[in-house]
Amino acid sequence: MNQADFYSLLPIIVLTTWSALLLIVDLFIDDKKKGITAVLAAAGLALTMGLTLSQTGQTVIGFNGMVILDGFSTFVNTLLLFSGLMAISVAYGYIKRRGIERGEYYSLILFSIVGMMLMAQARDLIVVFIALEMLSIPLYVLAAIDNSNAKSEEAGIKYFLLGAFSGGFVVYGVALVFGATGSTAFAEIAASIATGNAETLLVLAGAALILVGFGFKVGAVPFQMWTPDVYEGAPTSVTAFMAAGAKIAGFSALMRVFATAFPDIAVDIAPVLAVIAALTMIVGNVAAIAQKNIKRMLAYSSIAHAGYILMAFAAFANPALRDDAISAGIFYLVAYAITSFGTWAIVISLEKEDGKGLAIEDYAGLGRTKPLMAAAMTIFMLSLTGIPPTLGLIGKLYLFRVVVEAQFMWLALIGILTSLISAYYYLRVIVIMYMKEGEPETVSESWLTFTWGAMAVLTVVLSLIPASLFAWASGALMK
Amino acid sequence: MDSALIWEMVIKSLVLILALLTGFAYLTYYERRGLARIQSRVGPNRAGPAGLLQPIADAVKLIFKEEFTPGQAYKVIFILAPIITVIPAILITATVPWGGTVTIGGREVMLGIADINIGVLYIMSVASIAVYGVVLAGWASNNKYAMMGGLRSTAQMISYELALGLSFVGVILLANSMRMTEIVEAQRGLWFAFLQPVGAVVFFFATLAELNRGPFDMPEAEQELSAGYNVEYSGMKFALFFMAEYTKMVSISAIIATLFWGGYRGPFIDTMPGLGPLYMFIKIFFILFMMIWVRASWPRIRYDRLMDLGWKILLPLSLSLVFINATGILLNQMWLIPLLSIGAGFLAIQAINLSLRRKENAR
Amino acid sequence: MTVFIILALVAIITALGMLISRNAVYSALFLVLNFATVAVFYLLLGAPFIAITQVTVYAGAIMVLFLFVIMLLGTDELEDTDNLTWQRPLAIGLAVVLVVEGIYLMLSQNTLGFITTPSEDLGSPQAIGDMLFSKYLLPFEATSILLLVAMVGAIVLTVKNKKGEQS
Repeated sequence: MNQADFYSLLPIIVLTTWSALLLIVDLFIDDKKKGITAVLAAAGLALTMGLTLSQTGQTVIGFNGMVILDGFSTFVNTLLLFSGLMAISVAYGYIKRRGIERGEYYSLILFSIVGMMLMAQARDLIVVFIALEMLSIPLYVLAAIDNSNAKSEEAGIKYFLLGAFSGGFVVYGVALVFGATGSTAFAEIAASIATGNAETLLVLAGAALILVGFGFKVGAVPFQMWTPDVYEGAPTSVTAFMAAGAKIAGFSALMRVFATAFPDIAVDIAPVLAVIAALTMIVGNVAAIAQKNIKRMLAYSSIAHAGYILMAFAAFANPALRDDAISAGIFYLVAYAITSFGTWAIVISLEKEDGKGLAIEDYAGLGRTKPLMAAAMTIFMLSLTGIPPTLGLIGKLYLFRVVVEAQFMWLALIGILTSLISAYYYLRVIVIMYMKEGEPETVSESWLTFTWGAMAVLTVVLSLIPASLFAWASGALMK
Repeated sequence: MDSALIWEMVIKSLVLILALLTGFAYLTYYERRGLARIQSRVGPNRAGPAGLLQPIADAVKLIFKEEFTPGQAYKVIFILAPIITVIPAILITATVPWGGTVTIGGREVMLGIADINIGVLYIMSVASIAVYGVVLAGWASNNKYAMMGGLRSTAQMISYELALGLSFVGVILLANSMRMTEIVEAQRGLWFAFLQPVGAVVFFFATLAELNRGPFDMPEAEQELSAGYNVEYSGMKFALFFMAEYTKMVSISAIIATLFWGGYRGPFIDTMPGLGPLYMFIKIFFILFMMIWVRASWPRIRYDRLMDLGWKILLPLSLSLVFINATGILLNQMWLIPLLSIGAGFLAIQAINLSLRRKENAR
Repeated sequence: MTVFIILALVAIITALGMLISRNAVYSALFLVLNFATVAVFYLLLGAPFIAITQVTVYAGAIMVLFLFVIMLLGTDELEDTDNLTWQRPLAIGLAVVLVVEGIYLMLSQNTLGFITTPSEDLGSPQAIGDMLFSKYLLPFEATSILLLVAMVGAIVLTVKNKKGEQS
């Protein structure tokens, strides 16, 4: 291990050490004062974020080509660390309220982020797989952390079984690709395919299996069945982290793998991805209409958004558009992460200790009793639909532009139509908040308020200056 | 592979198996006499001169005893379990060298069955397979007590396998090889038991637990489990369990002798390689005596303490010993190893002491 | 070659036995046999280290834990529930298609020719150690963190929350 190796993974190494130490330090922190653990965890994330940002613009390949530090990884890692900070801020009061406060909660979030960051930097299928497991295992545990609650346990076991299954798919895919190309390193796989040495059929089968595995992780149709149950059963603070973090990591890995390892078979894969994207959008949006529980509705909404992001992959077939597709994809991820954390923060504010307060009907009257909170929720709902002046609209615009340029008109059309469908159930929340009478009980807690407030401001303000943000995303290119 | 080599292998294996089986028979006699002496009794002394024919009498009795299979038992596994228990006990000795190379009738013969480059790992893997016999016997009997015994033994053996494996690592580091003959040759100057005394002690304890021998004989605790996993067995099947335990004692003693006590090495071994088996026999004899002595003097450890010892004391201790060995080798200062490891051993004893005291205070 | 065919048959039979057996313990035992057979395959391929590791880790440690759990949960034989009415024939049909496809691919083209015969010491402990600590250092270290995380997770799940005590 030389200096370059060390430097390429510096933020991850620091965060790993920090979370391992946090496990030990936590033992000496009194049960009543677990807030200290939360602060320490957040401090670790902030420190790592500083290190990550200090690496902006550099490109280092480390560990014999196993990992790479480039613009893409810096951008995605910053986003992941941001979601980690948000996950801690929504969790702090909530887990105390639910009586599931444990020091390990924060350590597990940190470990999960370590896995996600490693995934964003991976340049070898072996590292991808290990990172995938490293990010998933803490999530399985976190989903089931309320182990006196049958629903939480159910969520954990469902997520675990399907996740393990999908992990198996990834390994099979890796094995096939290795069999066809003789290597697990992205660059060598791409070279082997380009020179025609590899058996294309095997590579395609392997790529398809890898896609299936990641499809499970990001909740794409037809691998979405676990999403509603897991999102509903898991403690809401965990769901918020799962919705943002796991999606960012899954999509960034997919982008990395398909852009750098399989560029030459993208033409074969793009139509498949387009169909998956279309199905995901349709199923997610249509199923969301019937939901009465806000967590289930948001689960289906997250499936639908996975579909939107998948549209970016359809544009991969055209090499000239690849960079645009990637930046549109990660821009949408930023928009989705910000909006969804805000939404979940509000859901947490209305959720009561016994798990009640989660029906959409429970939001009746929020517009009168808590005008600010209702306004924020309105912004998030508009952003999820894609109505100005919100970040969601800008994200969708970039995505649709890339898809149209890639000559997938029908896909863009389905995207627009499903967005219209989604308007029905998102706007229904707004209607219920303002038009129906009710006495919603909310929890005011400074960190939660901060989260939804800040996210609402970000959603609006960033949508006014999209160009600079998009410029940053466009700079996040893979080397 | 020429036929002579095959014949050589077959003959060597047969000799070894026969030696182990006689060893087993006479080990029971040895143990009974030894225990009797420690407890100021006489022990078996009627059958033959000084009771030397006692094992044969026992064997005849067991063979003619009624065999009984419980109606609710899972028959196939019930019959297979004792066999599965015996086989690893014999297999495990395959890589143990019994001496150097001797010339018999103009043919160079290596005293030992197989000298493979991963001999130590082979032992490890066969030892890990040995759990099956006990656990399956417990399950197939379809009896609560037997099942509890089987489960206990699984948990115990898995727990102590870790300390056992890490002690192996220490030896591998010191010898810089996993080949058993090279490990023996590496002890030409100094036996590893002197270079790494704490490692030898840890290994001894871990093997006692692997063998389910006192003071770690929880799986067959009479008072709690009315005998444990073998409660439903009788006749020859019971004898097979008995045989497995004692054969394993002999095999493991041979392994301890090889890894820590210089193996077949002794005075004049370089000029007379034929002395190897004799030295091994002497060493095994002493190690077996240690085991019998321990059984006679120590009461059975309570189950939770047994687990605590395995996980909280022996595992960290053996891990630290690996580090100590590596440090000594890296700095090329071998004298550091015994010094530091004895220090670590004292710390471990202190930790046991502390945990016991805390439990007393908590009461 | 005869050794290979016999072993392959054993491997297939044990794998099928594992699937078909209605008793979880028998399934586990069939799996152990299967692992052991695979270990012998490794031996035939000249990789004794991997063979022994296979036996130690899978047959010796993991399957013992499997058995442990099966026994703790009780080993009632599964009833022949038929919830999967149309899936089963479909699965069998698809499996047959897959096998035929695989055999066809294997016979029609031999594309794995570029994989060179490994050197003698490929499977030796030294070679594996060298690889682990040079080329595959990062995956190796990352795996250790992964195992730590899994361990912490398992412990977190087994310790009940304090909610019950307070109320």
